[in-house]
Amino acid sequence: MTAELVRGQNHPLPGNRLEIRVSAGTPVVAAVTLGDEAGRVVGDGEWLAHPGAPQLAGVEVPRQAAADHRLAVDLGAMPPDVHRVHVLLALPGAAARPGAPADFGAAPAPRLAVTTPDGSAIAGFTITGLGAETALLAVELYRRQSAWKVRAVGQGYGGGLPALFLDQGVPDPSATAEAIHTAVGREQARSIDLPAPQAGAAAGGTGSVDYRRRDRQDTSGGGTAAGTAGASAGGPGAGSGAAPSGATAPGGPVDYRHPRRRTASAASAAGPVPPPRPASPPTPPPPADAPRVPVAGDAAGRSMEERLYNQVWGMFEDLSRTVAAYRSAADFAESRFEQELDRLLADPRTRGGPAAEAAREAAQGKQAALVDQARAVLDRDLAQLTAEAEAVEPALPPEFAGWENPVWHAYRVPGRLPLAVRLGSLTLPEAPELRIPLLSRLPLERGLWVDSAENRRAAMDAAVAIAARLLACHPVGAFALHALDPAGSGATALAPLHAGGALVLPPPAAGAAGVSDLLTRLTERVDLIQMARRGGAADDLPPGFDTAEQLLIVNEFPYGFDDRSVNQLRYLADEGPSAGVHLLVVADREDASAYGPVLDPLWRALLRLTPLPSDHLADPWVGHAWTYEPPLVPQGSRVLADVLRQLAAARPAYGT
Amino acid sequence: MTVNMTKGQKISLSKADGGSLTAVRMGLGWKAAPRRGLFGSRTREIDLDASAVLFADKQPVDVVFFRHLTSDDGSVRHTGDNLVGGVGQGGDDESIIVDLSRVPVHVDQIVFTVNSFTGQTFAEVENAFCRLVDETNGQELARYTLTGGGAYTAQIMAKVQRGAAGWSMTAIGTPANGRTFQDLIPAILPAL
Repeated sequence: MTAELVRGQNHPLPGNRLEIRVSAGTPVVAAVTLGDEAGRVVGDGEWLAHPGAPQLAGVEVPRQAAADHRLAVDLGAMPPDVHRVHVLLALPGAAARPGAPADFGAAPAPRLAVTTPDGSAIAGFTITGLGAETALLAVELYRRQSAWKVRAVGQGYGGGLPALFLDQGVPDPSATAEAIHTAVGREQARSIDLPAPQAGAAAGGTGSVDYRRRDRQDTSGGGTAAGTAGASAGGPGAGSGAAPSGATAPGGPVDYRHPRRRTASAASAAGPVPPPRPASPPTPPPPADAPRVPVAGDAAGRSMEERLYNQVWGMFEDLSRTVAAYRSAADFAESRFEQELDRLLADPRTRGGPAAEAAREAAQGKQAALVDQARAVLDRDLAQLTAEAEAVEPALPPEFAGWENPVWHAYRVPGRLPLAVRLGSLTLPEAPELRIPLLSRLPLERGLWVDSAENRRAAMDAAVAIAARLLACHPVGAFALHALDPAGSGATALAPLHAGGALVLPPPAAGAAGVSDLLTRLTERVDLIQMARRGGAADDLPPGFDTAEQLLIVNEFPYGFDDRSVNQLRYLADEGPSAGVHLLVVADREDASAYGPVLDPLWRALLRLTPLPSDHLADPWVGHAWTYEPPLVPQGSRVLADVLRQLAAARPAYGT
Repeated sequence: MTVNMTKGQKISLSKADGGSLTAVRMGLGWKAAPRRGLFGSRTREIDLDASAVLFADKQPVDVVFFRHLTSDDGSVRHTGDNLVGGVGQGGDDESIIVDLSRVPVHVDQIVFTVNSFTGQTFAEVENAFCRLVDETNGQELARYTLTGGGAYTAQIMAKVQRGAAGWSMTAIGTPANGRTFQDLIPAILPAL
């Protein structure tokens, strides 16, 4: 269990070997200075570890600015005249990266955790209340008699690193600060050339800087420095399996891996397209009470796809539950407040006067305190989930990603059926920014109903976006689209599915005759497959039988339907999914009200989606009303047309 | 190192090193009492159900039992129903995992009960116990064994409660009657 420190508080350290974990939510530079008893830097010898010179006897800092750092510290290796070890954080500044926060007031509150090398937390400190500071003295480790302690400092400097260094008695503060920013800038410039983040940013072990690192270690001297380097490199390396853990230790094993492939991270190894992500080093699973560093694919599964699928569902459940905890606490606070008010009002002695006012305020305060407490827990969990979503979203394959995700621009027709498809996003009002992908297993187990009650055209657009998405994530020839559009009103919306030269879509069945004809064919198909399956002769389907999954888009149901076709549609809704026939019904329930309750089972069998964001989907755990957003193509984007053109181009190659 | 608790005893769940527990498992076990008869060693199957009721300020706010295996907030999980019992002396028949760090802020007590859904009485039960295990390392922290079953169908076993100094556990051991936790609420209230 971590001791949660406040500014100025100190805490004993159990041993000399420590790890300091920094999570700042935005890239920060970590540096360490060594000071004497008065806190001024030690005059002679090495006293500063920063990204350009990351190692000192007993301490190593990362080479780059990153949102998360791990600093390895061996206090036993400190020279005897070192009495204080200061951990500094600085913002690389907007110049280093566009959009970076200009000061700590605009950045999330940085958090530091002091842990033992095996990861069990000793103390934690969240630095709050920062404003225009761009550098800060976060914590200091100091000698008290023969033992070391940690003190939470959290002192910010509006003047940045120069002001901080001036305070510590650094001879040339501006030049020192400049050297740090230059080193950070160099690392950043370098990282553009790399296709993926440098694995293990804390270890800093990448081939391109090997020779410099060896120089550093030679001058900083001693087996202790090498020992800590090895320890810190071993930590992240052990968890990722991709980090070249041997690279930092001098005289370590020669790395035989291909120099260009060494940066393949866990996410890019299996994901179809490795999107370059800001450094979030793969780390070994930290202990339960330490803040978890989110990684894409952090879930059970045999493939990356399955792990991501499980992770998304895990996030869905976590968000449901954490919001449930918050809501139940808030409801309880509300009901307790009302009960206390009732009690006050019931008693004539407490009904009026200043005492009543005070009691009323006390009750209100109690309610507010509990809600604040619950909100703090919720905010903590939401921050964790948001960080996880930020790690997961760029790693998603196209079928799990929204149309706005760049992964769609690198779309290739898949060679096999993916595990699931994204049917939209889900949000809760407590966290409108946190969009959970609604992933549905393939082949679809349930038909879809896009409710057109509010906006017919938008409903048809949403249906087309969903149909195109289903088409795009099936291999060529494994998915066929049909459309029933007896009135022809959906022709414009359906047009993108025709685009691209090749006919992706059979002509929409027009008129009542077309409706009946198509439904009869699909019904016969379901019958045939079911018969074959029952007879154990699934391989004996007629020659030339199209084995593709079929999707039937029905626009403006029940227009053009007679009683027989309505029954056929109901049959398809119930029996179709298991026989590879799926429904995508675009309808306003009111239009079909003439049929009465006979259609209720049909509506129940379909998953209701809305063309406009609307809170109607319930999660399976707690039953919150989630706001569903359809997977619409962003305005002006050509991604849908491009994807369909690729599909059309791929078809002739397969002879279909 | 486990503490053998007696009725009414209270222990703190802070660790020896000053930290406190993050996740605990309340394991409940029982064994059918052997009955003399033609087949001397035959025992009956006993279907007991463990439940956990979450209280905020003495009001029940959520319950975890075999039909609702996870509390809405996800902090309390039941590992599943055991219909026969009889693991007996050592292992747990049913267990309920409580993630203390995730329990909603307003929940201050969690009461663990065992009741017989089928109406069998504790006279037929031997060795009913509940034990609290540190879920992170499997270490048993406390064990409370019931002695002398009687003609009642439920037992309020123990509770964990939140205090200023962290969580603590109290052995309750009050007999009660009821097939489901709803019937037990009146019997639980005095123990809060």
